[in-house]
Amino acid sequence: MDSYDAPELTPRQDASSRLKDFFIGATPLQKRLESVRKQTSFIPTPPRRKIPQGSQLQEDVDPQKFAVLLHKQWTLYSLTPLYKFSYTDFKEYSKLLTAFIAAEKKKGLAVEVGDDFNIKVIFSTLMGVKGTERDPEAFLVQILSKSQLPSEHKEGKVLWTGWFCCVFGDSLLETVSEDFTCLPLFLANGAETNTAIIGTWFQKTFDCYFRPLAISSFNLSWMAAMWTACKMDHYMATTEFLWSVPCSPHSLDISYAIHPEDAKALWDNVHKTPGEVTQEEVDLFMDCLYSHFHRHFKIHLSATRLVRVSTSVASAHTDGKIKILCPKYLIGVLAYLTELAVFQIE
Amino acid sequence: MRTCAVMSSQKKVNSWARKRTSQDSSSYQTRLSAWRVKEDLNDSKSISECGQNNTVEDCEGADGQTENALQIALRYFEKGPIKTSQNKEKHLKTVENVAWKNGLAPEGIDILLSVALSGKFGSAVSTRIFKCMIPATLISEDSVVKAVSWLCAGKCSGSTKVLFYRWLVAMFDFIDHKEQINLLYGFFFASLQDDALCPYVCHLLYLLTKKENVKPFRVRKLLDLQAKMGMQPHLQALLSLYKFFVPTLISVSLPMKKKIYFKNSENLWQTALLALRSRNQGFPSEPLKLMLANVYPIKRKWNSHSIIPVLNSCNYSKESRKKRMNLSDYFSSNGSFPLEQLKSFPQLLQNIHCLELPSQMGAVLNSSLLLHYINCVRDESLLLRLYHWLSQTLQEECIWYKVNNYDHGKEFANFLDTILRAECFLQEGFYSCEAFLYKSLPLWDGLCCRSQFLQLVSWIPFSSFSEVKPLLFDHLSRLFFTSSIFFKCSVLQCLKELLQNWLLWLSMDVHVKSVRNSPLETTLGGSMNSVSELIHYVGWLSTTAVRLESNRTFLLHFILDFYEKVCDIYINYNLPLVVLFPPGVFYPVLLSLDSSILNQLCYIMDRYHKNLTAAKKNEFVHKTKSEFSFSSKTYQEFNQYLTAMVGCLWTSKPFQKGLYIDPEVLGNASVAEYKKSLNLVHHPAFLSYTVSFLLQECPEERKVNMSSIRGKKWNWIWVL
Repeated sequence: MDSYDAPELTPRQDASSRLKDFFIGATPLQKRLESVRKQTSFIPTPPRRKIPQGSQLQEDVDPQKFAVLLHKQWTLYSLTPLYKFSYTDFKEYSKLLTAFIAAEKKKGLAVEVGDDFNIKVIFSTLMGVKGTERDPEAFLVQILSKSQLPSEHKEGKVLWTGWFCCVFGDSLLETVSEDFTCLPLFLANGAETNTAIIGTWFQKTFDCYFRPLAISSFNLSWMAAMWTACKMDHYMATTEFLWSVPCSPHSLDISYAIHPEDAKALWDNVHKTPGEVTQEEVDLFMDCLYSHFHRHFKIHLSATRLVRVSTSVASAHTDGKIKILCPKYLIGVLAYLTELAVFQIE
Repeated sequence: MRTCAVMSSQKKVNSWARKRTSQDSSSYQTRLSAWRVKEDLNDSKSISECGQNNTVEDCEGADGQTENALQIALRYFEKGPIKTSQNKEKHLKTVENVAWKNGLAPEGIDILLSVALSGKFGSAVSTRIFKCMIPATLISEDSVVKAVSWLCAGKCSGSTKVLFYRWLVAMFDFIDHKEQINLLYGFFFASLQDDALCPYVCHLLYLLTKKENVKPFRVRKLLDLQAKMGMQPHLQALLSLYKFFVPTLISVSLPMKKKIYFKNSENLWQTALLALRSRNQGFPSEPLKLMLANVYPIKRKWNSHSIIPVLNSCNYSKESRKKRMNLSDYFSSNGSFPLEQLKSFPQLLQNIHCLELPSQMGAVLNSSLLLHYINCVRDESLLLRLYHWLSQTLQEECIWYKVNNYDHGKEFANFLDTILRAECFLQEGFYSCEAFLYKSLPLWDGLCCRSQFLQLVSWIPFSSFSEVKPLLFDHLSRLFFTSSIFFKCSVLQCLKELLQNWLLWLSMDVHVKSVRNSPLETTLGGSMNSVSELIHYVGWLSTTAVRLESNRTFLLHFILDFYEKVCDIYINYNLPLVVLFPPGVFYPVLLSLDSSILNQLCYIMDRYHKNLTAAKKNEFVHKTKSEFSFSSKTYQEFNQYLTAMVGCLWTSKPFQKGLYIDPEVLGNASVAEYKKSLNLVHHPAFLSYTVSFLLQECPEERKVNMSSIRGKKWNWIWVL
């Protein structure tokens, strides 16, 4: 009946008809939009997450490199996928970026690429900083100052460090083609001017976009719960919360420190589902802290804004600053941050 | 006359392109003899121009004389110095007069250039010759090449050389070809070493440089010069141009303030050239102003200098792929067409296969040519780059996302305007804008950048309405109901545009698409469903708005505007859809106090009627078992409206069917005699017309008797 039985007729490549593509959601762009729709129509964060497990790092990990990542305050950025980024071109990149930085510093004076400057940029991969096999390899960028004295041949001081990573970034990976490298989380330590210069270079070279990643109070309380839930052999720091009361001329900060073991005990009472953290548990955990505080100081903390959480695992500030303390849970912390970054770029 | 800047390539292309067009109009001879024999095109042209210019001398007679004198003078100079200086002065005067008045033909310039650079008459005369060497139309490339060979002969003084370079730079646009001159690039480059020449040579190189001229050894040489002389504007200009062509060799960061590298004041021939430009058709009479193309406004944040990135071709990734090749191979990549040279649509068509794409895709928003490209390209990664950039930038710039950021309101509005221009140009919405709306609409106050924001809504790409409704339209209706009538009207307007965009898109798509073998929703029925849901949504909004605003005429106009689109879908867009307005719209409009509203209603009803008839006829003709046959309910509904309307306005039997009004209620309101009160004559909207009609007919009558015009109804139709 129907003239369907002509197999050589493939009507799929209908150049001007994007309608079908649209409904099937075939193209990466459609997938993108689909996922944005899903994100927007449901509660922004899933109501349950895994508690970070012990070290998920792979074998081929250089512990020395990891030391660079710990105990430093990092400023967080979200980053859209890098276009035509190649892990094999690190040498070339470092040459170009060095020249770019030198030129930016000497405004107006041209410099030759590959010239000798008093700084040096190093690109290197961070093996093992990833959640799944699909996650692209993380990499580190460092600016070193070269010492002027010829006698010192050792590498100079580190002026600036930044690294790019993606831990369990599946939702983002699905929506891009192979021309892109998805490293949605960027962490920088060092002068803001350097971050600006390097960020500009990346944006120009790989057509990506950096945006500062702030952490909302809501997400901070999630962090507090998840990090409290982590099993620790020994605690390195007290668990501390900081709330901010907006009042003029200076805002009033309320700091609330708890012994980490007490916090853990509280969590264990709240916690029901093994291996997971749910929204109800987070709310309950925070409510317990609030009511305890209210009993003593008659202040409703729930009416204020949570701005900082620090635990033995890591500490995070609402401005988008983070410090990771415990190597064991590095991946877990990064997984949550990646999730936030992916959410921001969608 | 012109300020030179980094983007010289642009200018060069301009002038070259112009040259090509002007070439055919002036086919000059290269040989002097030929020129002498024939009064060719150039001369006849100069005569007519002379007449046009209304110069003091009587052209016809004097021209032949001056021509002769000029030729004698030129021959004199060509032959070389003769002792009598009196003659020299005379001839020089002749040349100067002609040159300043009409300019010199290419052949004349050829001779004088050789004379000046051979130094036969001494540098004072050379200087004078240079100052008056103004082309009438063009300068032959060969003359310039010859002149360069004279430079090598070393017969002229340093100051003459300087003058020559200044002249060459000033006249650059008038040289007919530049290929040969470009071959001399190495010679010019070597002249940079001369401190006196350096600024002028830099300027010349700046105009001359092509991508393949940028070589590592030249970069090194320039950097050496920079180290020797410090930060000189001319060196900076050339270096930044080099960087522009080959960023992998050099890095320079330009100061933020806009900077003029080459001063205009150094152009000795400025006034003459202006006259020349206006004389040569095709050259703009206004001085070309080309500022530093990447003039950055004050750096706001590190992310970008301005919101939309500057258009630069993607140099790095291209070259990195070939980087294992020989250095020289790698810079002479002829395979691709640099974006910076893209100036016209034909160029785009010729090079569409080898276009170098911008390094930052956001830049396409500012280039209509690239938008053409985007429109036809199927490269998903290109669209994804644009998607990511746009959605991030929108969120970053969106002013109601942040507190205390209202200073940037103007900038954000401008940015939205640019996006809207692009969407309008493409006749297609960006997905990133839709995603942005999902996130930002719930936070919108309905005031900020209202017109831009609503226009964004009207460009939402076609999609399933029920899917988008909870994300967008539910938020929009909340704002709609709580805002002023003006906001309501602008929302209705924007929804009308949205409907129009969807309809256009669908009507184009329907014809292209013949086979429907994809899932349910891709069928035409699915899309029609989505459109009708949109129309029902607007119907619902309108019904409520009419009640909220108590039948304001202003609002009714906007509602009817929307239905004017709706009623014609079948005929205008050839889409099988007829959706009627809800009773909540129809009856208030029918009873409206404004005659223009009623008029619009009549028009819409008429169009509905035509569409429905057409649909019925089509069905009848094709006898198709089409899935789109309209339900009889639509026809019934329409007939009901029509009866009500006719009953009201015409037969004075309002509301016999459908709407029932208890006579008791009417009795209580003491309008027992209601039947006639809504007909054409008595309808409150038409009352003023009735009265004025009666006054016209019988002006002497005091008491207006409306029923007296019953018989003249027919006239009324035409009055309306």
